[in-house]
Amino acid sequence: MPATDPVPARGPGPGAPVPSPGPTPGDDVIHDIGFRHYDGERLGRGWVARSLLVETVRGIFGLGRPARSKAMPWSLIGILLVPPLIMALSILLTGAEELPTSYTQYPNALSIVVSLFVAGAAPYCVSRDLRHGVMPLYLSRPMMRTDYVLAKFAGLALSVFGVLALAQTLLLVGALLAKLSVGPQVVGWLGGLLVSAVLAVLLSALTLVVAAFTPRRGLGVAAIITILVVLSGVAEMLTAVARDRGLTTAAQYLPALDPFNLVDGIAVRLLGADSARAHDVPPGILGGLTFVLVTAAVVAGCLGLLIRRYRKVGVV
Amino acid sequence: MNPVVMQLTLRGLLGRRRALLMLLLPVLLLLLAGLIRWASEADVFATVALTDDFALGTLLPLMCLLIGTGVIGSEIDDGSIVYLLAKPLPRRTILLSKLVVAWGAAFVFAVLPLVAAIEIAGDDGGRLGLAYGVAATLAAVAYTSIFVALSVVTRNAVIIGLLYALLWETVLGGYVPGISNVSVRQWALAAAEAILGDRAYVWSVLSAVGLTAALGLLAATTVASVVLAVRRLETLRLTTGD
Repeated sequence: MPATDPVPARGPGPGAPVPSPGPTPGDDVIHDIGFRHYDGERLGRGWVARSLLVETVRGIFGLGRPARSKAMPWSLIGILLVPPLIMALSILLTGAEELPTSYTQYPNALSIVVSLFVAGAAPYCVSRDLRHGVMPLYLSRPMMRTDYVLAKFAGLALSVFGVLALAQTLLLVGALLAKLSVGPQVVGWLGGLLVSAVLAVLLSALTLVVAAFTPRRGLGVAAIITILVVLSGVAEMLTAVARDRGLTTAAQYLPALDPFNLVDGIAVRLLGADSARAHDVPPGILGGLTFVLVTAAVVAGCLGLLIRRYRKVGVV
Repeated sequence: MNPVVMQLTLRGLLGRRRALLMLLLPVLLLLLAGLIRWASEADVFATVALTDDFALGTLLPLMCLLIGTGVIGSEIDDGSIVYLLAKPLPRRTILLSKLVVAWGAAFVFAVLPLVAAIEIAGDDGGRLGLAYGVAATLAAVAYTSIFVALSVVTRNAVIIGLLYALLWETVLGGYVPGISNVSVRQWALAAAEAILGDRAYVWSVLSAVGLTAALGLLAATTVASVVLAVRRLETLRLTTGD
Protein backbone atom coordinates (compact mmCIF):
# COMPACT_ATOMS: atom_id res chain seq x y z
CA MET A 1 0.00 0.00 0.00
CA PRO A 2 2.65 2.57 0.80
CA ALA A 3 4.02 2.16 -2.68
CA THR A 4 0.89 3.59 -4.25
CA ASP A 5 0.56 6.41 -1.79
CA PRO A 6 1.35 9.80 -3.24
CA VAL A 7 4.24 11.65 -1.78
CA PRO A 8 3.07 13.25 1.47
CA ALA A 9 2.58 16.96 1.51
CA ARG A 10 6.26 17.68 2.02
CA GLY A 11 6.98 19.09 -1.40
CA PRO A 12 4.68 20.95 -3.72
CA GLY A 13 2.25 18.20 -4.76
CA PRO A 14 0.28 18.42 -7.99
CA GLY A 15 -2.76 19.84 -6.18
CA ALA A 16 -0.93 22.17 -3.88
CA PRO A 17 -0.59 25.82 -4.75
CA VAL A 18 2.65 26.34 -6.55
CA PRO A 19 4.94 28.59 -4.51
CA SER A 20 6.71 31.26 -6.43
CA PRO A 21 10.31 30.11 -6.43
CA GLY A 22 13.34 32.14 -7.29
CA PRO A 23 14.58 35.40 -5.95
CA THR A 24 12.75 38.65 -6.11
CA PRO A 25 14.03 40.69 -9.02
CA GLY A 26 17.31 42.39 -8.42
CA ASP A 27 18.00 40.46 -5.25
CA ASP A 28 20.46 37.69 -6.08
CA VAL A 29 20.36 36.03 -2.69
CA ILE A 30 19.43 32.46 -1.86
CA HIS A 31 16.51 32.59 0.51
CA ASP A 32 13.80 30.33 -0.79
CA ILE A 33 15.31 26.88 -0.87
CA GLY A 34 12.03 25.21 -1.67
CA PHE A 35 11.00 23.78 1.65
CA ARG A 36 8.82 26.54 2.91
CA HIS A 37 7.68 29.72 1.39
CA TYR A 38 8.44 33.00 3.11
CA ASP A 39 6.52 36.18 2.44
CA GLY A 40 7.67 38.37 5.32
CA GLU A 41 9.98 41.29 5.23
CA ARG A 42 13.63 40.69 4.37
CA LEU A 43 15.62 42.52 7.02
CA GLY A 44 18.82 42.68 5.02
CA ARG A 45 22.51 43.01 5.59
CA GLY A 46 22.55 45.31 8.60
CA TRP A 47 20.13 43.14 10.50
CA VAL A 48 22.15 39.99 9.81
CA ALA A 49 25.27 41.68 11.16
CA ARG A 50 23.36 42.90 14.19
CA SER A 51 21.96 39.44 14.93
CA LEU A 52 25.40 37.92 14.55
CA LEU A 53 26.80 40.43 17.03
CA VAL A 54 24.02 39.78 19.56
CA GLU A 55 24.40 36.02 19.24
CA THR A 56 28.17 36.32 19.67
CA VAL A 57 27.78 38.26 22.91
CA ARG A 58 25.13 35.85 24.19
CA GLY A 59 27.30 32.86 23.26
CA ILE A 60 30.35 34.24 25.06
CA PHE A 61 28.38 34.50 28.28
CA GLY A 62 26.58 31.22 27.67
CA LEU A 63 23.15 32.89 27.68
CA GLY A 64 20.51 30.68 26.16
CA ARG A 65 22.88 27.74 26.31
CA PRO A 66 23.13 24.86 28.78
CA ALA A 67 24.74 25.35 32.19
CA ARG A 68 27.83 23.56 30.94
CA SER A 69 28.65 26.50 28.66
CA LYS A 70 27.93 29.06 31.37
CA ALA A 71 30.30 27.57 33.95
CA MET A 72 33.60 28.84 32.57
CA PRO A 73 32.84 32.45 31.61
CA TRP A 74 30.89 33.13 34.77
CA SER A 75 33.42 31.61 37.13
CA LEU A 76 36.11 33.78 35.51
CA ILE A 77 33.86 36.83 35.83
CA GLY A 78 33.35 35.86 39.46
CA ILE A 79 37.11 35.78 40.01
CA LEU A 80 37.36 39.21 38.38
CA LEU A 81 34.70 40.66 40.64
CA VAL A 82 36.02 39.36 43.97
CA PRO A 83 39.03 41.72 44.32
CA PRO A 84 36.89 44.91 44.11
CA LEU A 85 34.82 43.62 47.02
CA ILE A 86 37.94 42.85 49.04
CA MET A 87 39.39 46.26 48.22
CA ALA A 88 36.19 48.04 49.22
CA LEU A 89 36.19 46.13 52.51
CA SER A 90 39.85 46.89 53.13
CA ILE A 91 39.44 50.66 52.68
CA LEU A 92 36.36 50.54 54.89
CA LEU A 93 38.30 48.78 57.63
CA THR A 94 41.59 50.67 57.39
CA GLY A 95 40.10 54.06 56.53
CA ALA A 96 42.53 54.51 53.63
CA GLU A 97 42.32 57.62 51.46
CA GLU A 98 42.45 55.86 48.10
CA LEU A 99 41.95 52.49 46.47
CA PRO A 100 44.91 50.09 46.88
CA THR A 101 44.73 49.38 43.12
CA SER A 102 43.58 52.27 40.96
CA TYR A 103 40.99 51.90 38.21
CA THR A 104 43.58 51.96 35.45
CA GLN A 105 45.80 49.45 37.23
CA TYR A 106 43.00 46.99 37.85
CA PRO A 107 42.87 45.16 34.47
CA ASN A 108 46.65 44.88 34.61
CA ALA A 109 46.70 43.47 38.11
CA LEU A 110 44.32 40.69 37.03
CA SER A 111 45.83 40.27 33.59
CA ILE A 112 45.90 36.47 33.85
CA VAL A 113 42.18 36.23 34.50
CA VAL A 114 41.39 38.74 31.76
CA SER A 115 43.62 36.78 29.38
CA LEU A 116 41.87 33.55 30.30
CA PHE A 117 38.46 35.10 29.70
CA VAL A 118 39.48 36.36 26.26
CA ALA A 119 41.24 33.08 25.49
CA GLY A 120 38.06 31.18 26.29
CA ALA A 121 35.81 33.55 24.39
CA ALA A 122 37.72 34.16 21.14
CA PRO A 123 37.79 30.52 19.93
CA TYR A 124 34.14 30.26 20.89
CA CYS A 125 33.39 33.12 18.49
CA VAL A 126 35.09 31.87 15.36
CA SER A 127 36.58 28.39 15.71
CA ARG A 128 33.36 26.37 15.63
CA ASP A 129 32.04 28.02 12.49
CA LEU A 130 35.29 27.23 10.70
CA ARG A 131 35.56 23.73 12.09
CA HIS A 132 32.04 22.61 11.28
CA GLY A 133 32.21 24.16 7.83
CA VAL A 134 29.11 26.31 8.21
CA MET A 135 30.65 29.47 6.79
CA PRO A 136 28.93 28.93 3.39
CA LEU A 137 25.58 29.07 5.22
CA TYR A 138 26.42 32.48 6.64
CA LEU A 139 27.77 33.68 3.35
CA SER A 140 24.63 32.68 1.46
CA ARG A 141 22.80 35.43 3.32
CA PRO A 142 22.97 39.06 2.30
CA MET A 143 26.10 39.60 4.34
CA MET A 144 29.65 40.28 3.28
CA ARG A 145 32.64 38.42 4.63
CA THR A 146 33.83 41.66 6.20
CA ASP A 147 30.53 42.01 8.03
CA TYR A 148 31.02 38.62 9.61
CA VAL A 149 34.53 39.46 10.76
CA LEU A 150 33.55 42.87 12.10
CA ALA A 151 30.44 41.55 13.84
CA LYS A 152 32.43 38.84 15.61
CA PHE A 153 35.14 41.34 16.52
CA ALA A 154 32.63 43.87 17.85
CA GLY A 155 30.84 41.16 19.82
CA LEU A 156 34.02 39.95 21.47
CA ALA A 157 35.30 43.46 22.20
CA LEU A 158 31.95 44.52 23.66
CA SER A 159 31.83 41.45 25.91
CA VAL A 160 35.35 41.93 27.22
CA PHE A 161 34.70 45.63 27.75
CA GLY A 162 31.46 44.81 29.55
CA VAL A 163 33.19 42.47 31.96
CA LEU A 164 36.00 44.94 32.68
CA ALA A 165 33.55 47.84 33.03
CA LEU A 166 31.50 45.81 35.49
CA ALA A 167 34.57 45.27 37.65
CA GLN A 168 35.51 48.96 37.43
CA THR A 169 32.00 49.99 38.39
CA LEU A 170 32.09 47.67 41.36
CA LEU A 171 35.36 49.34 42.38
CA LEU A 172 33.65 52.75 42.08
CA VAL A 173 30.66 51.64 44.13
CA GLY A 174 32.97 50.26 46.80
CA ALA A 175 35.00 53.46 46.87
CA LEU A 176 31.90 55.64 47.12
CA LEU A 177 30.39 53.50 49.87
CA ALA A 178 33.64 53.91 51.78
CA LYS A 179 33.06 57.68 51.48
CA LEU A 180 36.07 58.50 49.35
CA SER A 181 35.61 61.88 47.65
CA VAL A 182 33.26 61.60 44.68
CA GLY A 183 34.98 63.83 42.10
CA PRO A 184 38.39 62.12 41.83
CA GLN A 185 36.79 58.70 42.02
CA VAL A 186 34.44 59.37 39.11
CA VAL A 187 37.30 60.82 37.06
CA GLY A 188 39.41 57.75 37.87
CA TRP A 189 36.51 55.50 36.95
CA LEU A 190 36.11 57.21 33.57
CA GLY A 191 39.85 56.75 32.96
CA GLY A 192 39.48 53.11 33.91
CA LEU A 193 36.64 52.70 31.44
CA LEU A 194 38.77 54.23 28.69
CA VAL A 195 41.64 51.88 29.50
CA SER A 196 39.24 48.93 29.56
CA ALA A 197 37.86 49.89 26.16
CA VAL A 198 41.31 50.14 24.58
CA LEU A 199 42.38 46.88 26.20
CA ALA A 200 39.22 45.10 25.07
CA VAL A 201 39.67 46.21 21.46
CA LEU A 202 43.37 45.33 21.42
CA LEU A 203 42.97 41.91 23.04
CA SER A 204 39.97 41.01 20.90
CA ALA A 205 41.78 41.81 17.68
CA LEU A 206 44.88 39.85 18.69
CA THR A 207 43.07 36.79 19.97
CA LEU A 208 40.57 36.56 17.11
CA VAL A 209 43.43 36.26 14.65
CA VAL A 210 44.93 33.34 16.59
CA ALA A 211 41.51 31.73 16.99
CA ALA A 212 40.76 32.06 13.27
CA PHE A 213 43.89 30.09 12.47
CA THR A 214 43.23 27.32 15.02
CA PRO A 215 39.93 25.65 14.19
CA ARG A 216 40.18 23.27 17.16
CA ARG A 217 38.74 25.01 20.17
CA GLY A 218 41.02 23.45 22.81
CA LEU A 219 44.14 24.27 20.85
CA GLY A 220 42.86 27.78 20.21
CA VAL A 221 42.46 28.45 23.92
CA ALA A 222 45.90 27.03 24.65
CA ALA A 223 47.56 28.92 21.80
CA ILE A 224 46.06 32.27 22.79
CA ILE A 225 46.95 31.99 26.44
CA THR A 226 50.42 30.73 25.60
CA ILE A 227 51.02 33.69 23.33
CA LEU A 228 49.74 36.22 25.87
CA VAL A 229 51.61 34.73 28.82
CA VAL A 230 54.83 34.19 26.89
CA LEU A 231 54.68 37.73 25.45
CA SER A 232 54.39 39.11 28.95
CA GLY A 233 57.24 36.93 30.26
CA VAL A 234 59.50 37.78 27.32
CA ALA A 235 58.74 41.49 27.67
CA GLU A 236 59.65 41.30 31.35
CA MET A 237 62.92 39.46 30.68
CA LEU A 238 63.97 41.69 27.77
CA THR A 239 63.26 44.82 29.80
CA ALA A 240 65.45 43.50 32.60
CA VAL A 241 68.23 42.73 30.09
CA ALA A 242 67.98 46.21 28.54
CA ARG A 243 68.08 47.81 31.98
CA ASP A 244 71.17 45.78 32.91
CA ARG A 245 72.98 46.92 29.80
CA GLY A 246 71.98 50.54 30.37
CA LEU A 247 69.79 50.78 27.28
CA THR A 248 67.29 53.21 28.78
CA THR A 249 65.24 53.88 25.68
CA ALA A 250 64.89 50.17 24.93
CA ALA A 251 63.90 49.54 28.54
CA GLN A 252 61.11 52.06 28.10
CA TYR A 253 59.74 50.65 24.87
CA LEU A 254 60.31 46.90 25.36
CA PRO A 255 57.55 46.37 27.96
CA ALA A 256 55.06 47.30 25.24
CA LEU A 257 55.55 43.83 23.73
CA ASP A 258 52.95 42.79 26.27
CA PRO A 259 49.52 44.19 25.28
CA PHE A 260 48.70 44.87 28.92
CA ASN A 261 51.82 47.00 29.29
CA LEU A 262 51.05 48.78 26.04
CA VAL A 263 47.68 49.89 27.35
CA ASP A 264 49.25 50.69 30.71
CA GLY A 265 51.74 52.96 28.96
CA ILE A 266 48.88 54.81 27.27
CA ALA A 267 47.18 55.27 30.64
CA VAL A 268 50.38 56.60 32.21
CA ARG A 269 51.12 59.08 29.44
CA LEU A 270 47.68 60.27 28.43
CA LEU A 271 45.77 60.00 31.71
CA GLY A 272 48.65 60.65 34.09
CA ALA A 273 47.90 57.43 35.98
CA ASP A 274 50.45 55.44 37.96
CA SER A 275 51.94 52.52 36.08
CA ALA A 276 50.52 49.17 37.11
CA ARG A 277 53.79 47.29 36.98
CA ALA A 278 56.29 50.03 37.80
CA HIS A 279 57.75 50.00 34.32
CA ASP A 280 59.53 52.95 32.84
CA VAL A 281 57.38 54.56 30.20
CA PRO A 282 58.73 56.62 27.30
CA PRO A 283 58.68 60.25 28.33
CA GLY A 284 56.40 63.02 27.17
CA ILE A 285 53.61 63.24 24.65
CA LEU A 286 55.78 61.54 22.05
CA GLY A 287 55.91 58.33 24.09
CA GLY A 288 52.17 58.37 24.65
CA LEU A 289 51.49 59.03 21.00
CA THR A 290 53.83 56.22 19.96
CA PHE A 291 51.95 53.81 22.19
CA VAL A 292 48.59 54.95 20.84
CA LEU A 293 49.85 54.61 17.28
CA VAL A 294 51.26 51.15 17.97
CA THR A 295 47.95 50.08 19.47
CA ALA A 296 46.03 51.39 16.50
CA ALA A 297 48.46 49.75 14.09
CA VAL A 298 48.20 46.38 15.87
CA VAL A 299 44.40 46.48 15.85
CA ALA A 300 44.27 47.52 12.21
CA GLY A 301 46.85 44.91 11.25
CA CYS A 302 44.97 42.15 13.05
CA LEU A 303 41.66 43.12 11.46
CA GLY A 304 43.37 43.19 8.07
CA LEU A 305 44.77 39.70 8.69
CA LEU A 306 41.34 38.46 9.75
CA ILE A 307 39.65 39.84 6.66
CA ARG A 308 42.39 38.29 4.54
CA ARG A 309 41.91 34.97 6.33
CA TYR A 310 38.17 35.04 5.66
CA ARG A 311 38.53 35.95 2.02
CA LYS A 312 38.92 32.29 1.09
CA VAL A 313 36.86 30.64 3.82
CA GLY A 314 33.86 28.72 2.58
CA VAL A 315 35.14 28.37 -0.97
CA VAL A 316 35.53 24.64 -1.24
CA MET B 1 51.46 -0.11 26.69
CA ASN B 2 50.45 -0.50 23.11
CA PRO B 3 52.91 0.60 20.42
CA VAL B 4 50.20 1.40 17.88
CA VAL B 5 48.35 3.70 20.26
CA MET B 6 51.62 5.35 21.17
CA GLN B 7 52.51 5.87 17.54
CA LEU B 8 49.09 7.34 16.76
CA THR B 9 49.31 9.63 19.76
CA LEU B 10 52.73 10.83 18.79
CA ARG B 11 51.58 11.55 15.27
CA GLY B 12 48.55 13.44 16.55
CA LEU B 13 50.74 15.43 18.91
CA LEU B 14 53.43 16.42 16.46
CA GLY B 15 51.60 16.43 13.16
CA ARG B 16 49.54 19.57 13.59
CA ARG B 17 49.79 23.23 14.44
CA ARG B 18 50.33 22.28 18.07
CA ALA B 19 53.80 21.13 17.08
CA LEU B 20 54.59 24.63 15.86
CA LEU B 21 53.87 26.04 19.30
CA MET B 22 55.79 23.22 20.96
CA LEU B 23 58.86 23.96 18.87
CA LEU B 24 58.61 27.74 19.07
CA LEU B 25 58.55 27.93 22.85
CA PRO B 26 61.84 26.06 23.47
CA VAL B 27 63.54 28.08 20.72
CA LEU B 28 62.31 31.27 22.38
CA LEU B 29 63.66 30.09 25.72
CA LEU B 30 67.07 29.36 24.23
CA LEU B 31 67.18 32.77 22.54
CA LEU B 32 66.29 34.46 25.81
CA ALA B 33 68.99 32.47 27.56
CA GLY B 34 71.52 33.72 25.03
CA LEU B 35 70.39 37.31 25.61
CA ILE B 36 70.62 36.87 29.36
CA ARG B 37 74.14 35.55 29.04
CA TRP B 38 75.07 38.58 26.93
CA ALA B 39 73.47 40.97 29.43
CA SER B 40 74.70 39.47 32.68
CA GLU B 41 77.97 37.90 31.48
CA ALA B 42 77.02 34.37 32.61
CA ASP B 43 75.99 35.41 36.08
CA VAL B 44 74.45 32.49 38.00
CA PHE B 45 71.92 34.76 39.71
CA ALA B 46 70.54 35.90 36.36
CA THR B 47 70.22 32.25 35.33
CA VAL B 48 68.31 31.47 38.50
CA ALA B 49 65.98 34.41 37.84
CA LEU B 50 65.35 33.26 34.26
CA THR B 51 64.72 29.68 35.29
CA ASP B 52 62.60 30.40 38.33
CA ASP B 53 60.34 33.08 36.88
CA PHE B 54 60.07 32.11 33.28
CA ALA B 55 61.30 28.62 32.44
CA LEU B 56 60.11 26.65 35.45
CA GLY B 57 57.31 28.97 36.54
CA THR B 58 55.60 29.73 33.25
CA LEU B 59 56.96 27.81 30.31
CA LEU B 60 57.10 24.33 31.84
CA PRO B 61 53.44 24.25 32.97
CA LEU B 62 52.37 25.73 29.64
CA MET B 63 54.27 23.10 27.67
CA CYS B 64 52.93 20.31 29.86
CA LEU B 65 49.43 21.70 29.38
CA LEU B 66 49.84 21.79 25.60
CA ILE B 67 51.16 18.24 25.61
CA GLY B 68 48.79 16.83 28.23
CA THR B 69 45.69 18.16 26.51
CA GLY B 70 47.15 17.37 23.09
CA VAL B 71 47.55 13.64 23.66
CA ILE B 72 43.93 13.04 24.64
CA GLY B 73 41.95 16.26 25.03
CA SER B 74 41.63 17.11 21.36
CA GLU B 75 40.51 13.57 20.54
CA ILE B 76 37.80 13.74 23.17
CA ASP B 77 36.88 17.19 21.91
CA ASP B 78 36.25 16.12 18.34
CA GLY B 79 34.82 12.75 19.30
CA SER B 80 37.38 10.67 17.41
CA ILE B 81 38.34 8.99 20.69
CA VAL B 82 35.42 6.55 20.16
CA TYR B 83 37.29 4.81 17.37
CA LEU B 84 40.15 4.16 19.75
CA LEU B 85 37.93 3.16 22.67
CA ALA B 86 36.03 0.73 20.45
CA LYS B 87 39.16 -1.36 19.91
CA PRO B 88 39.55 -4.48 22.07
CA LEU B 89 42.10 -2.83 24.32
CA PRO B 90 41.77 -2.18 28.03
CA ARG B 91 41.21 1.54 28.53
CA ARG B 92 43.98 1.39 31.10
CA THR B 93 46.38 0.45 28.31
CA ILE B 94 45.12 3.25 26.09
CA LEU B 95 45.55 5.87 28.79
CA LEU B 96 48.95 4.63 29.93
CA SER B 97 50.24 4.54 26.35
CA LYS B 98 49.13 8.11 25.83
CA LEU B 99 50.59 9.16 29.17
CA VAL B 100 53.98 7.64 28.37
CA VAL B 101 54.06 9.55 25.08
CA ALA B 102 53.12 12.72 26.96
CA TRP B 103 55.90 12.19 29.49
CA GLY B 104 58.42 11.58 26.75
CA ALA B 105 57.32 14.66 24.82
CA ALA B 106 57.43 16.77 27.97
CA PHE B 107 60.96 15.60 28.64
CA VAL B 108 62.15 16.31 25.12
CA PHE B 109 60.33 19.60 24.53
CA ALA B 110 60.29 21.10 28.01
CA VAL B 111 62.97 19.62 30.28
CA LEU B 112 65.86 19.33 27.84
CA PRO B 113 65.47 22.91 26.52
CA LEU B 114 65.31 24.11 30.12
CA VAL B 115 68.61 22.44 30.96
CA ALA B 116 70.13 23.72 27.72
CA ALA B 117 68.91 27.23 28.54
CA ILE B 118 70.58 27.06 31.94
CA GLU B 119 73.85 25.96 30.39
CA ILE B 120 73.63 28.76 27.82
CA ALA B 121 72.70 31.45 30.31
CA GLY B 122 75.53 30.56 32.66
CA ASP B 123 76.02 27.70 35.09
CA ASP B 124 78.39 26.86 37.90
CA GLY B 125 80.00 23.69 36.57
CA GLY B 126 76.72 22.01 35.71
CA ARG B 127 75.34 22.06 39.25
CA LEU B 128 72.42 24.31 38.46
CA GLY B 129 71.63 22.38 35.30
CA LEU B 130 71.52 19.09 37.20
CA ALA B 131 69.42 20.44 40.07
CA TYR B 132 66.91 22.21 37.85
CA GLY B 133 66.91 19.31 35.42
CA VAL B 134 65.81 16.91 38.17
CA ALA B 135 63.26 19.41 39.47
CA ALA B 136 61.88 20.04 35.99
CA THR B 137 61.63 16.31 35.27
CA LEU B 138 59.67 15.72 38.47
CA ALA B 139 57.45 18.72 37.80
CA ALA B 140 56.90 17.67 34.18
CA VAL B 141 55.79 14.17 35.19
CA ALA B 142 53.34 15.54 37.75
CA TYR B 143 52.01 18.38 35.58
CA THR B 144 51.52 16.15 32.54
CA SER B 145 49.66 13.53 34.58
CA ILE B 146 47.43 16.19 36.15
CA PHE B 147 46.62 17.78 32.81
CA VAL B 148 45.92 14.43 31.11
CA ALA B 149 43.54 13.58 33.96
CA LEU B 150 41.93 17.02 33.67
CA SER B 151 41.34 16.59 29.95
CA VAL B 152 39.58 13.29 30.56
CA VAL B 153 37.47 14.75 33.37
CA THR B 154 36.37 18.05 31.87
CA ARG B 155 36.07 19.79 28.54
CA ASN B 156 37.40 22.97 30.08
CA ALA B 157 40.70 21.27 30.92
CA VAL B 158 42.82 23.95 29.34
CA ILE B 159 41.31 26.84 31.26
CA ILE B 160 41.17 25.00 34.58
CA GLY B 161 44.74 23.82 34.13
CA LEU B 162 45.85 27.37 33.40
CA LEU B 163 43.96 28.73 36.37
CA TYR B 164 45.86 26.26 38.52
CA ALA B 165 49.28 26.70 36.93
CA LEU B 166 49.24 30.47 36.58
CA LEU B 167 46.81 31.93 39.07
CA TRP B 168 47.08 29.45 41.91
CA GLU B 169 50.78 28.69 41.84
CA THR B 170 52.20 32.00 40.67
CA VAL B 171 49.90 34.80 41.77
CA LEU B 172 48.08 33.45 44.81
CA GLY B 173 51.20 31.61 45.98
CA GLY B 174 52.85 35.01 46.23
CA TYR B 175 50.17 36.41 48.56
CA VAL B 176 49.05 33.47 50.67
CA PRO B 177 52.01 31.49 52.06
CA GLY B 178 49.96 28.35 52.71
CA ILE B 179 49.14 27.98 49.03
CA SER B 180 52.76 27.40 48.11
CA ASN B 181 52.59 24.16 50.09
CA VAL B 182 50.06 22.87 47.58
CA SER B 183 52.03 23.57 44.44
CA VAL B 184 53.77 21.19 42.08
CA ARG B 185 56.40 23.82 41.43
CA GLN B 186 57.36 24.10 45.10
CA TRP B 187 57.48 20.32 45.50
CA ALA B 188 59.79 20.04 42.53
CA LEU B 189 61.95 22.88 43.81
CA ALA B 190 62.50 20.91 47.03
CA ALA B 191 64.47 18.40 44.98
CA ALA B 192 66.59 21.16 43.44
CA GLU B 193 67.21 22.61 46.89
CA ALA B 194 68.35 19.24 48.23
CA ILE B 195 70.71 18.66 45.30
CA LEU B 196 72.28 22.09 45.54
CA GLY B 197 72.88 21.75 49.27
CA ASP B 198 74.47 24.86 50.79
CA ARG B 199 74.55 26.70 47.48
CA ALA B 200 70.76 26.67 47.44
CA TYR B 201 70.78 29.40 50.09
CA VAL B 202 73.32 31.49 48.20
CA TRP B 203 71.37 31.35 44.96
CA SER B 204 68.04 31.35 46.81
CA VAL B 205 66.73 28.23 45.10
CA LEU B 206 64.44 27.59 48.03
CA SER B 207 61.28 25.57 48.40
CA ALA B 208 58.44 25.98 50.86
CA VAL B 209 58.28 22.25 51.63
CA GLY B 210 60.70 19.63 52.91
CA LEU B 211 62.18 17.02 50.57
CA THR B 212 60.43 13.92 51.90
CA ALA B 213 57.04 15.58 52.00
CA ALA B 214 57.61 17.01 48.53
CA LEU B 215 58.54 13.69 46.93
CA GLY B 216 55.66 11.96 48.67
CA LEU B 217 53.20 14.59 47.50
CA LEU B 218 54.55 14.49 43.95
CA ALA B 219 54.20 10.71 43.82
CA ALA B 220 50.75 10.80 45.39
CA THR B 221 49.52 13.48 42.98
CA THR B 222 50.86 11.64 39.96
CA VAL B 223 49.40 8.28 40.98
CA ALA B 224 46.07 9.84 41.94
CA SER B 225 45.86 11.65 38.59
CA VAL B 226 46.61 8.47 36.65
CA VAL B 227 44.07 6.44 38.62
CA LEU B 228 41.45 9.15 38.22
CA ALA B 229 42.12 9.43 34.49
CA VAL B 230 41.81 5.65 34.01
CA ARG B 231 38.61 5.48 36.03
CA ARG B 232 37.04 8.37 34.13
CA LEU B 233 38.11 7.03 30.76
CA GLU B 234 36.47 3.71 31.61
CA THR B 235 33.14 5.49 32.02
CA LEU B 236 33.64 8.28 29.51
CA ARG B 237 30.49 9.91 28.21
CA LEU B 238 30.85 11.78 25.00
CA THR B 239 28.99 15.05 24.95
CA THR B 240 28.56 16.94 21.76
CA GLY B 241 27.94 20.61 21.47
CA ASP B 242 30.01 23.74 21.50
